Amino acid sequence: MSDLSGTPDQVGAIRAMIARHKRWDMIFSMIGLVAMLVGVITLLALFLDLVLDGYGRLTYDFFTSFPSRHAAEAGILSAWVGTTLVMLVTAFAGVPLGVAAAIYLEEYAPRNWMTDLIEINVTNLAGVPSIVYGLLALGLFVYQLNLGQSILAAGLTLALLILPVVIVATREAIRAVPGAIREAAYAVGATKWQTVAHHVLPYSTAGILTGVIIGMARAIGETAPIITIGALTFIAFLPPSPVTATPPFVSFEWLMAPFTVLPIQMFSWVSRPQAAFLENAAATGVVIIVMTLAMNAVAIWLRYRFRKRIKW
Amino acid sequence: MKPEIQPAVRKAKPAYNSAMPPRAEPDTVASGALPQTAARPVLKAQAKNLNFYYGGTVQALKNINLDLAEKQVTALIGPSGCGKSTFLRCFNRMHDLYPGNRYEGEILIHPDNINILGKNVDPIEVRMRISMVFQKANPFPKSIYENVAYGLRVRDVKRRGHLDDKVEEALRGAALWDEVKDRLPDLAFNLSGGQQQRLCIARALATDPEILLFDEPTSALDPIATASIEELIAELKQKITILIVTHNMQQAARVSDYTAFMHLGELVEFGDTNTIFTNPSNKRTEDYITGRYG
Repeated sequence: MSDLSGTPDQVGAIRAMIARHKRWDMIFSMIGLVAMLVGVITLLALFLDLVLDGYGRLTYDFFTSFPSRHAAEAGILSAWVGTTLVMLVTAFAGVPLGVAAAIYLEEYAPRNWMTDLIEINVTNLAGVPSIVYGLLALGLFVYQLNLGQSILAAGLTLALLILPVVIVATREAIRAVPGAIREAAYAVGATKWQTVAHHVLPYSTAGILTGVIIGMARAIGETAPIITIGALTFIAFLPPSPVTATPPFVSFEWLMAPFTVLPIQMFSWVSRPQAAFLENAAATGVVIIVMTLAMNAVAIWLRYRFRKRIKW
Repeated sequence: MKPEIQPAVRKAKPAYNSAMPPRAEPDTVASGALPQTAARPVLKAQAKNLNFYYGGTVQALKNINLDLAEKQVTALIGPSGCGKSTFLRCFNRMHDLYPGNRYEGEILIHPDNINILGKNVDPIEVRMRISMVFQKANPFPKSIYENVAYGLRVRDVKRRGHLDDKVEEALRGAALWDEVKDRLPDLAFNLSGGQQQRLCIARALATDPEILLFDEPTSALDPIATASIEELIAELKQKITILIVTHNMQQAARVSDYTAFMHLGELVEFGDTNTIFTNPSNKRTEDYITGRYG
């Protein structure tokens, strides 16, 4: 400290310096605000535009009618049923596979270069364009395994697509469980599986569910891989019901039924010249976005609910 | 091992070499055998020529020989990084959880004379017999009851009545029963820090361990909670052999019957707690307990 310290000169110099440094706070906060608004406003504008275009078509009939040559009578019944069933298959196939793979990688796999290589590849898989998954599925599920252009083939394709997302999210969630908790379980004599089943998995449920839902939200809007495996664009019937009147009362015939999904229905209407069909497309877009947002909302709610009990 | 320890030691050595003649060879490693006193203690465990390597390369324990007397408290003291926690964690094979760690030598458990570090001994078997209480209380985010019962659930105890009895017994043993008996279904996280640590002790007691390991159990607790844990240790030794790592020398003096001083991965001196604190034979021990370093 010089002997000037504390004098009015010195204080003035310090204040000037602070003001100079703080200018960057101002400048960045402006840039940041603009950057944020570009994202948010664009999204809102798109959504509003869709709502305004499709608002008139969002009636009860729209959800309960099959597609039709007459725009005013056309609906998305087969599309939303198709989407729901495909998502069901995706969840049942993708979640157990992804969670199991993540648990293995995180808790069981030996730490060596092979594991490192697999880990890097899993992360990279999340960035593979979805149409590539479509091509793979066309060869594997549709032709090799003879599943045809079915709900099952589509569900499995999307399951592959969300697998990396589920794996990465599950690993993050598992890693968030403190080592002290694992040690506590091992110290009383638990095996690896007991530690995983009694502690690691239950305590990371929120994170895993969030990852699963984010993956599903991505899958719900996927069009390219579904088109690649040959989903139809005009379906005027529903798949066979999973519940039957005769024993054994459940049927899995619907798995092999041809289908369409919401994004494909939207795509086929967008490509029509008539303005009335564009309205239908916009309404379908609104339905897809609302479904996605609803899934995200569920993810947030689940995370909140599970985290409330657990604080490390 | 933390590197900052070494300079202090290097400085300490010339200081006493020049100032006064050492009372004992400073670098002779203590025998680790129990002192031959009138009340001949029964041997519970023996570390023999124990070496330990982290990640296969860093040697954290150097040729440790130490006897544990049955139903007595043995304290491990020493500056941070001296290997006392590493040594403690050998007793329930915690090091096996992390890849690359390697033991050499043996730890024999009596009376069955099993080497718990042996390749043919499952670490889980060791942990079934030897419980551990950690430095920071680590209850599960479950109910108080389930925390205590967990060790029993792992042992396939299913009968509700038996579980209830064992949970009560363990909580009484950990001097926590009166405080929690009306709120057993409550989440363990709602307990105070000291209560959580006693809950962890109850969890360790519920499985009737032969040896109880404490890894600096009071380092995160206030003086009152610390006092209650120390009282508890004094009571527990009626039934269980206790090995405790502590940073707090007063605590070692208060709770233990035997004290081992470790430094730089070696056992420097071992003996009656009284002897160690009043008449240490090794210069390094004396420097440490008189607060010259560490």
